[in-house]
Amino acid sequence: MAHWRIPRMDCRHIMAEPILRIENISKRYGKKDVLKGASLDVNKGDLKILIGPSGAGKSTLLQCINFLVKPDEGRVWLEGREVHYAHKRDLYAYRQKVGMIFQDFNLFDHLNALENVRIGMVQVKGMPKAEAGERAVMELERVGLKDHMQKYPAQLSGGQKQRVSIARALAMDPKVMLLDEPTSALDPELIGEVHAVIRDLGNNGMTMIMATHQIGFASSLASEIVFMEDGRILERGTPDKIFNDAQNARTREFCSKITELYGER
Amino acid sequence: MEEWLYIQNEVYPALLKGFWVSLQLIIPSALCGLAIGIMIGVLRIYGNRPVMAAANGFVVVFRGIPLVVQLFIWYFGLPYIGIYLNPFVAAVLGFSLCSGAYHSEYIRGALLSIKRGQMLAAQSLGFSKVRMIFSIILPQALRRALPGCGNEIIYLIKYSSLAYMITCIELTGQGKILASNSFKYTEVFLMIGACYLVMTSVASIILNRVEDRLRLPGFEHHRI
Ligand SMILES: Nc1ncnc2c1ncn2[C@@H]1O[C@H](COP(=O)(O)OP(=O)(O)O)[C@@H](O)[C@H]1O
Ligand SMILES: [Mg+2]
Repeated sequence: MAHWRIPRMDCRHIMAEPILRIENISKRYGKKDVLKGASLDVNKGDLKILIGPSGAGKSTLLQCINFLVKPDEGRVWLEGREVHYAHKRDLYAYRQKVGMIFQDFNLFDHLNALENVRIGMVQVKGMPKAEAGERAVMELERVGLKDHMQKYPAQLSGGQKQRVSIARALAMDPKVMLLDEPTSALDPELIGEVHAVIRDLGNNGMTMIMATHQIGFASSLASEIVFMEDGRILERGTPDKIFNDAQNARTREFCSKITELYGER
Repeated sequence: MEEWLYIQNEVYPALLKGFWVSLQLIIPSALCGLAIGIMIGVLRIYGNRPVMAAANGFVVVFRGIPLVVQLFIWYFGLPYIGIYLNPFVAAVLGFSLCSGAYHSEYIRGALLSIKRGQMLAAQSLGFSKVRMIFSIILPQALRRALPGCGNEIIYLIKYSSLAYMITCIELTGQGKILASNSFKYTEVFLMIGACYLVMTSVASIILNRVEDRLRLPGFEHHRI
């Protein structure tokens, strides 16, 4: 009802409000400034791709976004509400809504695939085990691993492990997913199966921020490419703009190098 | 013949009695020791600074003082501050604390061996620290600590023989009484040795069973 009285301008403003807003995140380790004030607005359904040389701070930025690394400065908003990460309850609730995918999978080694996907729902959300189990089966089916539910991480291939970890994150009903080089640890022939799952997520409207060197894959999906170097976001734009018409010389240099390394776009 | 009657009428009942007392000392001490070890091990790694220091201090004290001296303190020393423990309770207390200090070393090592990624993954799902420790870290760490902890339990079986020093007459204590009455030291202590051998063998069979039960792909101990 109240919406009626909101002037048109404000209405547009609310519609355009980013689902995740990161402002001026800084992090230093000892004397080294690893992040020097990174800001990012992510709209619902966006897929932002972080590119940049090794050591640019991509992983640190992603880990600062869900406070696995505590930023020295900066603020984060999810769906318009600022995250007060010093409050444990606030932090744990926020992390449930932000899924994280790691380069080396980080499946729980003592749990089989099904238990890996189920444990968050049971332990964190307090769902009954049976209900959580059904949901876990559904998520595993979605990533094509229904036949491997009973296997332990040690019995799965890298690509399968990464798909389980995606299912585990999805089971928490995240609003945003952060993916840190999800295919970097995989043999080339296993990259495709993980890319297919991520592509599927994107098509279903999942909001994602992903660091990757797979620019072929990235440019086919990304709503925006964000180029980072030395703790700063140097340039951002559509895949076409960044890869073909970058303003910054460093961006152009990096893109040509990476195109050479990771093949055809 | 006379020998046989002596064994049947004197040695056997006495050793059986002692054997039961030993079991009653060992089983609760093993369980309490393990519980203490897990608790202290966790606090040594995940406690805040003062808690960590206290837990480390616990280990320094209970691993650093000879067990007999600890037992004497519990049994003969505490009465000076008005606390009277019976010999059995004093022995179980002494064994549990000492055993716990050793267990905590194995647990601590195992906790440190768990990869950081396991914690990052748990935290990223919204786990609180306590839940993460209990449902992700400890189940893995305990599997890795099991061989060491098993070893400590075998040691406990043997050092439970110290209880007789504070007048808790268990297997060794009974043996000592028998032997000094009959002067048949060799025979009596050979039998006692055999009893301990049986206990440690049974314990290691049980421990191996437990290890097999808890074995998961990726958690095998590679025996070379
Ligand atoms: N825990 C840490 N302690 C000290 N330096 C770190 C730590 N984590 C990352 N760094 C440094 O921060 C910089 C950025 O690292 P990272 O975020 O991993 O970059 P990227 O993911 O872009 O390769 C690197 O120079 C790295 O050495
Ligand atoms: Mg990285």
